[in-house]
Amino acid sequence: MTTVTARTAALPGTLRIGLARGATELREFFRQKESLIFTVSLPGILMLLLGTVYVKSPAQGQMFAASMIGAGIISTSFVGLGVSVVADREDGTLKRLRGTPMPLTSYFLGKVVLVFVSSLFEAALLLVVAMVRFDIELPATADKWLTFAWVFLLGVVSCSLLGVAISAISSSTRSASGVLNLPYIVLQFLSGVFIMQSALPDSLRTVGSLFPLKWVCQGFRSVFAPDDGYAVMEAAGSWELGRIALVLAAWTIAGLILVTRTFRWTTKTS
Amino acid sequence: MNAIRVRGLTKAYKGHQAVAGVDLDVARGEVFAVLGPNGAGKTTTVEILEAHRNRDGGEVSVLGVDPAKADRAWRARLGIVLQSANDAANLTVNEAVRHYAKYYADPRDPDEVIELVGLADKAKSRAGTLSGGQRRRLDVALGIIGRPELVFLDEPTTGFDPEARRQFWGLIKNLAAEGTTILLTTHYLDEAEALADRVAVLAGGRIVAEGTPQNLGGRAHAEATVRWSDDRGRREIRTHEPTKVIAELARHGELAELTVTRPSLEDVYLELIA
Repeated sequence: MTTVTARTAALPGTLRIGLARGATELREFFRQKESLIFTVSLPGILMLLLGTVYVKSPAQGQMFAASMIGAGIISTSFVGLGVSVVADREDGTLKRLRGTPMPLTSYFLGKVVLVFVSSLFEAALLLVVAMVRFDIELPATADKWLTFAWVFLLGVVSCSLLGVAISAISSSTRSASGVLNLPYIVLQFLSGVFIMQSALPDSLRTVGSLFPLKWVCQGFRSVFAPDDGYAVMEAAGSWELGRIALVLAAWTIAGLILVTRTFRWTTKTS
Repeated sequence: MNAIRVRGLTKAYKGHQAVAGVDLDVARGEVFAVLGPNGAGKTTTVEILEAHRNRDGGEVSVLGVDPAKADRAWRARLGIVLQSANDAANLTVNEAVRHYAKYYADPRDPDEVIELVGLADKAKSRAGTLSGGQRRRLDVALGIIGRPELVFLDEPTTGFDPEARRQFWGLIKNLAAEGTTILLTTHYLDEAEALADRVAVLAGGRIVAEGTPQNLGGRAHAEATVRWSDDRGRREIRTHEPTKVIAELARHGELAELTVTRPSLEDVYLELIA
């Protein structure tokens, strides 16, 4: 029996297994054409297409690129991660993992690594497109980059959790993609990505303001705006950085609770 | 202590009693096969033992632990080979085996495992490009990488061609020879006969017979049938003493087309589940 105890004591740590999962998740992700084209490149392509139609001045370019980065990281986190968890349930990955000593926390750590890296790739590609085609300038000051970092972090984490929570109601990747894309696409119209929020009727603006996307985009606009005078174009007339942090933190907590309540290892009920 | 001990196991789904009081004992180092038609409760039973499913009632102990209280340390001692899986399609055999090795304290050497399951020449192929038989061997590799004391194989050779099945049996025999306890479910009687020390037949959620493949359902003591031909055509005698019968008949000279048969495992099985 002593050998069993020795083996128990030496099981690799949760963090170490989580990082190993992250590396493997990334390897699988970057080998899938669908994820490369759809998740990583689509926001950059949309930036190019829509920007060509809408962007008439460098300032407009700055603001539109900021919103598109916001929409893009919601796509990699909310939609991308939600679908990937359903895929893991569908193809047996989760069932296999459940039969191993891998802690569930390590599985989610791996997903966090996947979402952060894929979101960074997606945002970087979009910025390169915007810089080359629309002469976008990157923020110059350290505190703008600090804002960028925390909005990015809170946006990705809260939307990842919500994506996983919502994915619990879909039994297949095909239905998950619909279930997740519908709110995502609708919210892009209500959150100031394609249409400025100030142009929306009050009721729609209120709906948009309930969800994280609006706040993430507003945060990024505060980072990329040519100067802080542009805050008057926001619905509230200011960047509301404190409120952004508060709303995204609240969604993170709500997402965490939802995930722990709704997570299932398999599609079948046991 | 037995590797597996089950008493009065029950499980129902929406009013359908899938498992209706199963008792099971599997000794350490034993290869135990659970036979039974589709819907007999094989997979449900095995999934409860693997802690993939909750049970309604009964006592279960797997490696001395109740699966309902499964923890990491316990899972590290099991190897589970799933009935069907197409995960990790974008990883190579090498990458998948190496990755799963990272979950365990004292894994086997990945190269040795790949060699053992006969995938050495496919080590650099993506899992998604493997044939059905190769894919199942990868599943076995992932199931045994953690040096398990007990391996579950759920219908491992369904859909195999005869040659792939023979190769797979060789792999399981090797594992058993190393002292690993194996619980196997199967539809195939020849598979149970080739691999198992003992078999149990599950039908309608209950064990209807249990024993060695040779003795199952009183097979060893059943009447033998002696068949031969003579100028009156094909002849047949059912007897408990075939040797005596043949000695008697042989006094009249050579017997054409002489055979002695006992009920096959299949005959016994079909009788049991009928």
